[in-house]
Amino acid sequence: MLSCKDVSRLVSESLDRKLPFMQRLQVRVHLLMCGFCSRFRKQMLFLKDAAQHYLMAFEETETATSTGLSPEARDRIKRSLKT
Amino acid sequence: MSDKQLESPSRKPDPATWVDQHGDFLFRYAHSRLGNRTVAEDMVQETFLAALRAEKNFSGRSAERTWFVGILKHKMIDHLRRQKRERPASAVNSSSEMGEELFDKSGWWQVKPAKWPADPSEALEAKEFWEAFRHCLENLPQRLRTVFSLREMDELPTEEVCEALKVTPGNLGVLLYRARMGLRRCLEINWFNTKED
Repeated sequence: MLSCKDVSRLVSESLDRKLPFMQRLQVRVHLLMCGFCSRFRKQMLFLKDAAQHYLMAFEETETATSTGLSPEARDRIKRSLKT
Repeated sequence: MSDKQLESPSRKPDPATWVDQHGDFLFRYAHSRLGNRTVAEDMVQETFLAALRAEKNFSGRSAERTWFVGILKHKMIDHLRRQKRERPASAVNSSSEMGEELFDKSGWWQVKPAKWPADPSEALEAKEFWEAFRHCLENLPQRLRTVFSLREMDELPTEEVCEALKVTPGNLGVLLYRARMGLRRCLEINWFNTKED
């Protein structure tokens, strides 16, 4: 029987590749019986979804107070674009 | 990537204004992903230079910033490829045992996943959530952050991530697992702030 640790690894793997049939079955059975792993799986799916929104959110939540390019880098880049 | 492949925006771009209009944004994005100021600045410079070279190949439909971000992403991937060649080794074993401490010796949850709100996706609307997300991302060890962002943010297929970072699929699986475990736990503590039950 798979432990929760095994299942957490397999849940992560399943986000990257299709698990072999038997493993998929074992994970499914475990998830039916284990509320914590089932919760963990939903949280993993949420993380994946959030990561895909990162750039968009990054653009929207930008504040002028965050650090930007240093003045030196800004000058250097401007100069490089002129040459 | 050849600069000829880059798609240019529809309006005639004006290089003189690029740095002031988009430099800080691109820098912050690169910095949050790469974790190094100097490298992030270099990436911004390379992005603008590539854009300048591609400027004559007008074809585009996208907005100027989207165009820059597209170039920046390729530049970051190229950088990560080079970095791996310059600094080999450092495979899986050197990473912290992220996630391991949540289980007891027999592999059962020791720190149980806490209950998150019924609909956690509401968090995606909150500015504070994204601050927590960024904080958690920046707190991941560099290698895990790189792996996670290539796979989940750039949505590269696993084969390409393996190729870019010169790791085996098995190693990649372990690195992604650790990154996800670390990020999940950090968000649980810093954002969802719920108690286990």
